[in-house]
Amino acid sequence: MTGYKVLVVEDSPTMRQLIVFALKRIRGFQIIEANDGVDGLKKLSADKFDLILTDINMPIMDGLKLVSMVRNDPNYKETPIIVITTEGATEDRERALALGANEYITKPIQTMKILETVKKLMNV
Amino acid sequence: MSHHDEENDAAGRADEFLQVFKKGAEFTQDLLKENERLRFRVVKLEETLKEKGHDVAADAPDTIELKKKIVELEQEKEEILGQIKVVEEENQNFANRYVEIEEENNMLANLYIASYQLHSTLDFKEVLKIILEIVINLIGAEEFGVLLLDEKTNLLEPVASEGLETSDLPSVAVGSGIIGEAVESGENYFIESMEGYERDFQKPIVCIPLKIKDHVIGVIAIYKLLTQKDEFTNVDYELFTLLAGHAATAVFSSRMYSDSERKLSTIQGFIDLLTK
Repeated sequence: MTGYKVLVVEDSPTMRQLIVFALKRIRGFQIIEANDGVDGLKKLSADKFDLILTDINMPIMDGLKLVSMVRNDPNYKETPIIVITTEGATEDRERALALGANEYITKPIQTMKILETVKKLMNV
Repeated sequence: MSHHDEENDAAGRADEFLQVFKKGAEFTQDLLKENERLRFRVVKLEETLKEKGHDVAADAPDTIELKKKIVELEQEKEEILGQIKVVEEENQNFANRYVEIEEENNMLANLYIASYQLHSTLDFKEVLKIILEIVINLIGAEEFGVLLLDEKTNLLEPVASEGLETSDLPSVAVGSGIIGEAVESGENYFIESMEGYERDFQKPIVCIPLKIKDHVIGVIAIYKLLTQKDEFTNVDYELFTLLAGHAATAVFSSRMYSDSERKLSTIQGFIDLLTK
């Protein structure tokens, strides 16, 4: 299993590193980082990614806007998106899923849950 | 024959017929009884035959051998079932242990990242930002503040916060209230029950003194956790203490670096002034 490209969009460098470090435990993942929604979109258009993990609360462009734009892009209609956020309210979860996110995980970081979700979505 | 004679003759024949009929009935009754007796006898004989046949088979050497084999196999089956149960229990224990180790592994990995981030810079403001990020993303706090000790005034002064204004946080004297006492004792404080808690800047739900060995340099006071985080886990308690140590050294070294930089720049200014 090689060649899965994963984009991690998160404004907090610490949280980004926590996610990246967790994902590196799955073999064959090439992980690219983005600081916010706009940076994420730039990287998505410059390459083809197989999985996207994004935060919601970010400067410049938030995660929900990013999810919505990604789903409107024909190249990313089926790409799994995992939202990882501090927003724990049911309506936030429903909104993210309605916009096209596949999974919604709340903070504080739940490494095992992230890994399980990624493995399930990517069939690895 | 007269009419009277004829009547006597008919009555005698009827009587005779009745006698024959009675005997016939008695004979039929006897036959039925005999039939019943014989049927009973047949059943008895069949049972005896069956018993005899069984006894004969039970005594046969092959049967004895087979019975022995069955007993052995039954015992073996019981032993195997017992072993399977033991293995299943062991398997369950290993699975539980695996989950525990995974959790510990994750915690250590997270702690490594957190401490790496904390010590990746000597910029005091950046260190404070990293502390905030760690408390949000690793602990799950929504409203909290970082207070550092001013050794000249012996007051804890708020320097950073999340979810509330830093300026709203009060200065706290060492030894005063929950925050001051936690700093004085150097012990972590956790509220007994969060039920019905209302935010009070003097009474946080958690106080984590920032310590370098026994020297306390400040405190993290938490007033609210994220909605989805309703309680602390055992891992959290360990994490608090370990992070507090790393955060304290990072704050201390970045502060010292900033001070020395400032002094250096002042001295450089004097030197420049003298040499011009």
